[in-house]
Amino acid sequence: MKCEYDLMKPSWCPGCGNFMIRDALKIALEELSIPPSQAVLVSGIGQAAKMPHYIGINGFNGLHGRALPPAIGIKMANKDLTVIVESGDGDTYGEGGNHFIHAIRRNINIAHFVHNNQIYGLTKGQASPTTALGQKTTLQYDGVKLNPINPVALSLTMGAGFVARGFSGDIKHLSSIMKEAILYKGYAHIDILQPCVVWNKVNTYKWYKDRVYKLDESHDFTNFDMAYKKALEFGDKIPIGILYKVEKETYEQKFSFIESGEPLVNAKLDPNNAKHLLKEFY
Amino acid sequence: MDYSILIGGAAGQGIETVAELVEKMIKRTGYHIFTYKDYMSMVRGGHNFVQIRFSDNELYTYDNKVDIIFAMTQETIDKHSAKLKSGGLIIGDESFVDENYLKLPLNKIARDIGNNKVIGTIGVGYIAKLFGVPKDIAKNSVEEIFKNKDVDSNIKAFEAGYEIGIQKYKLDRFEDDKILINGNQALALGAIAAGLKFYCGYPMTPSTSVMSYISKHADEMEIVVDQVEDEVAALNMALGASFAGVRAMTGSSGGGFALMIEALSLAGIMEIPIVLFNAQRPGPATGLSTRSEQADLRFVIHAGHGEFPRMVIALRTPEDAFYQTARAFNIAEKYQIPVILLTDEYLADYDITIRPFDFNKIKIERYISNENDIEDERYKRYKYTTSGISPRLIPGIAKEKLILVDSHEHNEYGNIDESIETRVNMMKKRMKKLEALKEELIEPEFIGNEDYDYLLVGFGSTYGALKETVSRLNDENIKFAALVYGDIFPFPVKSLNFYAKKAKKVMVVEQNYSSQLKSLIDEYTDIKVENSILKYDGRAMNANYIITEINKIIKNKH
Ligand SMILES: Cc1ncc(C[n+]2csc(CCOP(=O)(O)OP(=O)(O)O)c2C)c(N)n1
Ligand SMILES: [Mg+2]
Repeated sequence: MKCEYDLMKPSWCPGCGNFMIRDALKIALEELSIPPSQAVLVSGIGQAAKMPHYIGINGFNGLHGRALPPAIGIKMANKDLTVIVESGDGDTYGEGGNHFIHAIRRNINIAHFVHNNQIYGLTKGQASPTTALGQKTTLQYDGVKLNPINPVALSLTMGAGFVARGFSGDIKHLSSIMKEAILYKGYAHIDILQPCVVWNKVNTYKWYKDRVYKLDESHDFTNFDMAYKKALEFGDKIPIGILYKVEKETYEQKFSFIESGEPLVNAKLDPNNAKHLLKEFY
Repeated sequence: MDYSILIGGAAGQGIETVAELVEKMIKRTGYHIFTYKDYMSMVRGGHNFVQIRFSDNELYTYDNKVDIIFAMTQETIDKHSAKLKSGGLIIGDESFVDENYLKLPLNKIARDIGNNKVIGTIGVGYIAKLFGVPKDIAKNSVEEIFKNKDVDSNIKAFEAGYEIGIQKYKLDRFEDDKILINGNQALALGAIAAGLKFYCGYPMTPSTSVMSYISKHADEMEIVVDQVEDEVAALNMALGASFAGVRAMTGSSGGGFALMIEALSLAGIMEIPIVLFNAQRPGPATGLSTRSEQADLRFVIHAGHGEFPRMVIALRTPEDAFYQTARAFNIAEKYQIPVILLTDEYLADYDITIRPFDFNKIKIERYISNENDIEDERYKRYKYTTSGISPRLIPGIAKEKLILVDSHEHNEYGNIDESIETRVNMMKKRMKKLEALKEELIEPEFIGNEDYDYLLVGFGSTYGALKETVSRLNDENIKFAALVYGDIFPFPVKSLNFYAKKAKKVMVVEQNYSSQLKSLIDEYTDIKVENSILKYDGRAMNANYIITEINKIIKNKH
């Protein structure tokens, strides 16, 4: 089956980081030889969240902030599907913050790629939960008054087993950590730094380019303390790559009938299977 | 014969267990049972009571008069002695300040046995003797209920209570061929029978027992049960599971249902089949958490931004809860729409003996297409068809076709499309599904005989009270009939028009303030509803209440 990657002309601005993230995703899926029909891309609403329209795999483009819950439902219904969530920083850490925290608690086997442009792109430039303190926006005229959250520090402290930071400006590096995230058994979180060329004049391509550096072999990604230190590094220097990766029991594994059985979607349904349940009511 | 026993006490005194014991022994003796429960939203303190009514005839609702009151506290006597029928009896421990009740040495016996938690069981022994429940049946029930805890002291307690008892009534023994079940258990069982594979929800009274029942059987029935972070997650997650091809359900009570509404609208535009329920409790907001109302009718009919097809089924009885829930899954999948089951605390919690469910009557119809039958090279999830229903494929099961569902207005492929043409066509396509749905609606059930002057119209859980009302009034030669809605939206009007025409007067009976059913009748028919019998005190409708209200209306007019 031919996998088309340009089904619809993207409504992303020229130079937008989303194009590069899409390229990285495409490379990751192809290199992992995942058939498009066996993967589902789930998203919320925002510029990033339009991805399912611009790439040739199954797609669920749901509500703003609500990409994770349907992704969990999909994975539990059919464990054989590769489930990938793509959504913006507002989508994930703002409107959907509660789902983010609880998805980490579940440790379900999905890969979550957050396009973090530190701004609300689609709605024209309001602050997101990751916009810097004091930064002026189209809504926060005299600067943001809330402290930004650090997404990777948050997911690490919540107990995520796979935490990474990527940069849309380095497609090769990004696609390689995406591959690791997809292969990882459990919830894998990549916060992807991405310029918004129209609405964020602070965190530009150059701003990121000047700061990011790749974690090398000296980083022990199984060491939580080291990972946490790197997670907090977000200023003059910003490390990218896999911060933390350890094995953990997944949510699906805790359901014996999922772990050892067929995907639920293949179950043969028969009302008489439930007939014996009447016994307790006699 | 028709007896009622009221058991009352403070939360934490174990009246649930006492009630369960009394239910069990009387059911096993072969009688019909109807148990009404009135719990306050407290874990400790407050005053709770249970009324167990039993008869050799079928029962449909509770009686607000009782024969026996078993008081675990003085407060039970204060609150309920007015309900006692003449010749009735109040029993309780000798220590209460009251003088007008039968003082029994319950505490003393419990102390002698050395377990102060068996007071209820001593009372059960007394009640067993009082009614002449066969001792072996009663004792077996005690053994069964306490099999994991304190069985010996409870048997001793039962024996002691039986010993001091004096037989007053006599029960014949019949074959026990019925099940004793409540609405939430029946709803859960209906869903499981229909092939439920995914349930998620967030605890909220009175919906929670659906989730706990499913959870109890989740492993053996291979169902994923997920207690989600909030109700927003619940419906979104259930939609994901349904999209991926399993039968999924969620449910809550009013406040939790309110949180699901954006996703309800999502189900509408994505055309993902889903079954969800609202077990109503009185609002607004937190309202009365453990009580009952029917004030969310308009709410569930309109819930959701934008316009999209849906179906609402008001559950009338535990039988409905079982069979209609199972049917809801077929309708949801046939039309790719949300189907909302509307129930309430009363129906959720009362126990009733009924004929065992017939699992052979449940048909599972999935309406999922085979990708080999799809002619378009690129699959159109939202293909225009004459019925408005597009062939549905499941991601991953289809090996050559890709499926895209979308919350934006979209074209046939599921891609964002803001054009005028697409918008208009897609609106028409979705709403068109209602045409066929309307043809398969089940008309409201007619109760009574063809000779009537007055027609009562109700919906959902007031079914039992209406049935009893009609039969009692007809016995007195006051000619009443009733029409009780199950399928309620789209609003079926054929039977209503037919039966209303033959009535001198049409009255609605419903548990809300603004007479929402009447407003639907006003909206969809030319029928003049003359009176609304309403109740919004949070306590369930019953026949005595309806009859009293009817008498007021009839007297006023003459
Ligand atoms: C319930 C709801 N609230 C608000 C919106 C409006 N809205 C759509 S996208 C968005 C923010 C998008 O920001 P982000 O998630 O960072 O995505 P980006 O466009 O930057 O990629 C908002 C506020 C909506 N669609 N739904
Ligand atoms: Mg953003």
